[in-house]
Amino acid sequence: MSQFVLNGHPVTLDIDDDTPLLWALRDALHLKGTKFGCGIGFCGACTVHVNGRAIRSCITPLGAVAGQQVTTIEGLDPDGSHPLQKAWIAVQAPQCGYCQPGQIMQAATLLKDFPDPSDADINAVMAGNLCRCMAYLRIRKAIKLAAAELKDGSSHA
Amino acid sequence: MFKRLVIALLVIVVVGVVGLAVLAYRPALDPITPPARTSFAAELVAKGEMLAGAGYCATCHTAPGGQRYAGGYAMTTGFGTIWSTNITPDPQTGIGRWSEAAFRRALREGVARDGAHLFPVFPYQHFNQIDDADIKALYAYFMTREPAVAPARKPDMAFPLNVRALQAGWKLLYFRDGAYGPVSGNSAQWNRGAYLAEGLAHCSACHSPRNALGAEQLDAHRYTGAVVDGWYAPPLDRSNPAPVRWSEDELYAYLRHGATPLHGVAAGAMAEVVHGLGKLPDEDLRAIAVYFAGRAGAVDDAATAAALARALTASAQAAQPAGDAGARLFASACASCHYNSAPQPLTERPELGLNSAVTAADPSTLIQVILHGVGVDAGLPGVMMPGFAHSLGDEEVASLAAWLRRTRSDQPPWPDLPRTVAALRAAPTRSAATAQR
Repeated sequence: MSQFVLNGHPVTLDIDDDTPLLWALRDALHLKGTKFGCGIGFCGACTVHVNGRAIRSCITPLGAVAGQQVTTIEGLDPDGSHPLQKAWIAVQAPQCGYCQPGQIMQAATLLKDFPDPSDADINAVMAGNLCRCMAYLRIRKAIKLAAAELKDGSSHA
Repeated sequence: MFKRLVIALLVIVVVGVVGLAVLAYRPALDPITPPARTSFAAELVAKGEMLAGAGYCATCHTAPGGQRYAGGYAMTTGFGTIWSTNITPDPQTGIGRWSEAAFRRALREGVARDGAHLFPVFPYQHFNQIDDADIKALYAYFMTREPAVAPARKPDMAFPLNVRALQAGWKLLYFRDGAYGPVSGNSAQWNRGAYLAEGLAHCSACHSPRNALGAEQLDAHRYTGAVVDGWYAPPLDRSNPAPVRWSEDELYAYLRHGATPLHGVAAGAMAEVVHGLGKLPDEDLRAIAVYFAGRAGAVDDAATAAALARALTASAQAAQPAGDAGARLFASACASCHYNSAPQPLTERPELGLNSAVTAADPSTLIQVILHGVGVDAGLPGVMMPGFAHSLGDEEVASLAAWLRRTRSDQPPWPDLPRTVAALRAAPTRSAATAQR
């Protein structure tokens, strides 16, 4: 039995505490935005937020987030219009799109920690989020665009 | 002739046994009728709760998933395994029939109500420093807890180590009686810190190495660090190798907040320690900080600035892994959370170039954290790190640890890393247990 707050709503699951959070999100809670990539925390596709910070949900057991705030790509913004999401569309960042939810969730933590990120900051923080389409340059561009919007005093903090 | 030799030997044995019996004898103290909860003043119970927190009594006296203070927590020592006992006021299996005098004697002398010697895993060598008023409050707190029926489990130790009477001999060798007395020449604040640190908080029980008979080493070895339950408790004296020396402010911030950007996050047993000590008022934490800052030695601002610059330079190279397997692992799995840039590292991004786990003489803490992660209930509330036990093999964890050691510290390489990783992987984890509390 595990309880946590998912995208602002309390959820209770009758699943073993050792189950990876990713499995619970996709298979039990049917939120398919978060993706399975490598299953060992080395590709970033499964990135979600726990208490507002990016973590890899494939290696995070359900028991570790008991009582905590979990946010997935579906809950990052109520209308799907977080500055990062808008920037992603504006620069047409994705190609196949599979890694993008993880990229955006990681980028949100990046901007929280480094509101005006340099290329080096972006490269280091985003290096664990792989993109097999090689959309890295557009991802970096989108992150900078979102950073600029956030700096201009958007409602999103 | 032979007969006389046998008689002489027998006499020696009899005298020895009688002598030990005399030395070891402690009277049973009369059992009492368990006092009503209402017989303890609420303020006294509240003070006791704060003190029980600061002594982290629950850490050892609670089994994973078990009722608080009901005992049953397994402690693995070099002499065998011993399980903590039930200190709830259950009359049969707890301390419900213990008088305050019996409770005080247990803390001061390491003797149970029935006169049996306690093993020194119970740190009465420190608790004997606690003054009467604080003991009174602790007694009030424990006697007003919910009673739990939980009989003590027999220690799993080989003969003769399991003979309680022999503990009298151990005490003769290593136990020094006497409550805390102020050390002249030091401030009242320093003495308050020393009283708390040396007594109730029993810091030295983990942070000092122990000798072959399990006694804390004194003098020059005091506070020079030790491995406890698979984690490394770093030195609390001048020999601490952290790149930034522990100042009074850093010590205070670490104890108050469970993490600082210049040293890292409390994890393992230390997470419970900071939560427990956090119940103390600010001035007490400040006093403990003053006491240990005195032991750690003077802070050099230039050295701090240099260490900070070195750490951030190393961090900046995280995204360009050069050849090394450890570097590649770090870039893929660690940098997303551990990368920092100038001018200051962020507390939520523990900077490994400044982290005590990387500069420690022993790699246990770093390996534990890589394998098992850090829970949301550790030093930095709400911030977690998942473990990589199922992602990385022993050689990979070892290469990551070795690379961090080489690039993030000026300390010599750790020997035998893959073997240490395998051993810690096989051992039961403490973090799993604490997640339940």
